[in-house]
Amino acid sequence: MDRAKQSKWLVALSLLMSTSLVSADWSALNMRQGVTEISRQVYDLHMMVLWVCVVIGIIVFSIMIYSMLVHRKSLGAVPATFHHSTTVEIIWTVLPIVILIAMAIPATTTLSAMYDAGEADIDIEVRGLQWKWQYTYLNDDPAKEVKFISSLLTPKDEIYNRAPKREHYLLDVDNELVIPINKKIRFLITSSDVIHSWWMPDFAVKKDAIPGFIHESWAIVETPGTYRGKCAELCGKDHGFMPIVVRAVEQAEYDDWLVAKQQAAADVFAIVGKEWSHEELMVEGEKVYTQACAVCHQSNGQGLPPAFPTLVGGAITIGPMEGHIDIVVNGKAGTAMQAFGAQLNAAQLAAVITYERNAWGNDKGDSVQPKEIHAMLGGQ
Amino acid sequence: MSAVIEENHHDDHHHGPAKGIMRWVYTTNHKDIGTLYLWLSFAMFLLGGAFALVIRAELFQPGLQIVEPEFFNQLITLHGLIMVFGAVMPAFVGLANWLVPMMIGAPDMALPRMNNYSFWILPFAFAMLSSTLFMEGGAPNFGWTFYAPLSTDFGPPSTTYFIFAVHLMGISSIMGSINIIVTILNLRAPGMTLMQMPLFVWTWLITAYLLIAVMPVLAGVVTMMLMDIHFGTAFFNAGGGGDPVLFQHIFWFFGHPEVYIMILPAFGVVSAIIPTFARKRLFGYSSMVYATASIAFLSFIVWAHHMFTVNMPLAGMLYFMYATMLIAIPTGVKVFNWVATMWQGSMTFETPMLFAIAFVVLFTIGGLSGLMLAIAPADFQYHDTYFVVAHFHYVLVPGSVFSIMAAVYYWLPKWTGNMYDETLGKTHFWLSFVGINILFFPQHFVGLAGMPRRIPDYALQFADYNMVSTVGAFLFGFSQIFFLFIVIKTIRGGKKATSRVWEGAHGLEWTIPSPAPYHTFTTPPKDLTEAHG
Repeated sequence: MDRAKQSKWLVALSLLMSTSLVSADWSALNMRQGVTEISRQVYDLHMMVLWVCVVIGIIVFSIMIYSMLVHRKSLGAVPATFHHSTTVEIIWTVLPIVILIAMAIPATTTLSAMYDAGEADIDIEVRGLQWKWQYTYLNDDPAKEVKFISSLLTPKDEIYNRAPKREHYLLDVDNELVIPINKKIRFLITSSDVIHSWWMPDFAVKKDAIPGFIHESWAIVETPGTYRGKCAELCGKDHGFMPIVVRAVEQAEYDDWLVAKQQAAADVFAIVGKEWSHEELMVEGEKVYTQACAVCHQSNGQGLPPAFPTLVGGAITIGPMEGHIDIVVNGKAGTAMQAFGAQLNAAQLAAVITYERNAWGNDKGDSVQPKEIHAMLGGQ
Repeated sequence: MSAVIEENHHDDHHHGPAKGIMRWVYTTNHKDIGTLYLWLSFAMFLLGGAFALVIRAELFQPGLQIVEPEFFNQLITLHGLIMVFGAVMPAFVGLANWLVPMMIGAPDMALPRMNNYSFWILPFAFAMLSSTLFMEGGAPNFGWTFYAPLSTDFGPPSTTYFIFAVHLMGISSIMGSINIIVTILNLRAPGMTLMQMPLFVWTWLITAYLLIAVMPVLAGVVTMMLMDIHFGTAFFNAGGGGDPVLFQHIFWFFGHPEVYIMILPAFGVVSAIIPTFARKRLFGYSSMVYATASIAFLSFIVWAHHMFTVNMPLAGMLYFMYATMLIAIPTGVKVFNWVATMWQGSMTFETPMLFAIAFVVLFTIGGLSGLMLAIAPADFQYHDTYFVVAHFHYVLVPGSVFSIMAAVYYWLPKWTGNMYDETLGKTHFWLSFVGINILFFPQHFVGLAGMPRRIPDYALQFADYNMVSTVGAFLFGFSQIFFLFIVIKTIRGGKKATSRVWEGAHGLEWTIPSPAPYHTFTTPPKDLTEAHG
């Protein structure tokens, strides 16, 4: 073989790799240690197995390379005639078994620890929706239950390269999940449509969100901070655009945050009760539409047929009010149209329905009041 | 191929191939059908590769530049399906068609007409699958694993065409495997025992059993999807009493043996090439056979390691973790045997040997990352990231695909009667080798650092490595056009090959002239000392 040519290629390869290493951030190279006892155990396990693999690789490849350099015909090597040895076959069967057992023991310990869920201090329902997360802080008193949607904050202009990308590009959400440190948080993970996967690398938590089932996972976060993750299971068009952000704070700050959220929920209750003007509904409706609907039906209402139908002059949007409310509140089975009744409050629902009937040239001129929607939803 | 036909003609003592296009439509000749499979495979390799290059081009930089997310998802789906069912599997079936009869001293495959059907189903299957790109609502967009309910309640209308295309591929594979099993068990030259067969024949025998076992499972799962979509059943819909996780269990019960279907024949190819160029018998032949059988058996009992995040109970997790780790043992035995075969040999490094050695090294890297993925607690961090993408591409591209290229260079002189150009072959190897590592090695790092797979856009921290990866993808991709050029050049002419072709080659296929006559071993060979080197 032309050894000079071979080494030239190897030099080129290593140069290419090393330039990228220099320019890259080292944290972009390895698994995160994370901020929980479990995540550190997982990291240690990962490093242990990685090094074992590296050592095995180096040994095997060194023998191969030595053989390739020495046992070559061009150097006059004469082939040996051996072709079998039961002894070495037994050695290289048994040795890996020993190594595997040595790996399996700590792996079993860590896995058992992860599965030891037990009683938690705080239970949070995590619900995957195309393409956002809904968090519900479960509370025995329904009036104190805090529930909100968390969706991508990165503007379209950054995604489509019309504006410079900021630091947390694709990793920012409008409403973060807030948890206290040093408390056992149990995540009850489920989905309303397709399978998603809630992944928070810093907690070593990744659990599929499967429609019809509730799976649990847990974390005790030790360090305050903002932690970012992503949906890990292909869930349709915007799978790449449903980040997860968890802010871990001191207990006191968490308490304040929770009270404020509970107050906000009470405020919504008041807002729903008042009489809204058509203009107020239109203004609020546009905001809600942009946040909840535009991702599929587009900001001009034209949609992306056939998956996401147009709302301009659509049978629903210029049809009877009852049908319009029904599809927004309950969704449409077998399609990507979700049931927004569980995601938006009555005021938001009334506003967005009114907006859709009167925007982009739709001119029904009618509107629906939040309290009417509230009554239809069963007055919850 | 016309040059081959003409050159073959005078060697043919019985009746030659028919003329024109109908030769290929009506053919029942194992060599013709092998050729058809290999060309179909290469065409699909280029098509699936073109999809991959669009994917990599989109991922060159953060942001959306070339394709929209909906289309991106269609690309990843078709890339996976076409590479698995269209490129890798037909390539190995093509090699089996060409080589199995010649290696066991048989005149043809046992069921030649069925052989013709098995092949000719495939162009229609892939035409149907590719046509979904032009349908309203677009092509399937749920990944090659097509998890329900994304592929059922939420799938595009073209899903039905996808289901029928998969059915056709399954029928083709099952017929092909029956043919291979019957050929190997019934048509061996008198006196050839199973333990005298070349390892390529052994690996294909075992692979064919795997195919027969799991293709019906795949057919079952897509039929259940069809029922869910059109006939109101709820196999995979929790709202109707079904279970989306059931889909994954059935799919991976097919899917895990499927990945070994794509690697076992590669083991056979490499076990033929390394002894030839080391001029030394394969080390541990019988342990290679047992290791292959063990891997095949284990492939049936490890499927749920693809599903560690679906919330299995602890006992299930531990079982699937331990069972998966066991695969490292027979796989290790194989790698050690190849190294021992090279050890104290008298090696030369022609193109097939270069691809075979690269196979051993890079497949081992893929195997070691597979061992890491088996560790369930750590898999929570690896699952569905680019670490997984790097892992399975290392075993499939420099694994399966490199072995196919090695096989083509190794047996092309036998098929065409001409030697390929060694300089061009080695250039192709080095371009592919460098390209593939630039392409996939950095993906280990972005995966560990947290980049999920199947996303059209990513956070800024992953930008550098994705750019490197895309450069490697284009280098590797365009090198394959060069491969096409080398193969065509060899078919059209070149230095005449001897019947032995390689100094160290052993096996019945090297006892017949080059190019191999249209009909070989019409009377069984008497001298079997050549059979497995």
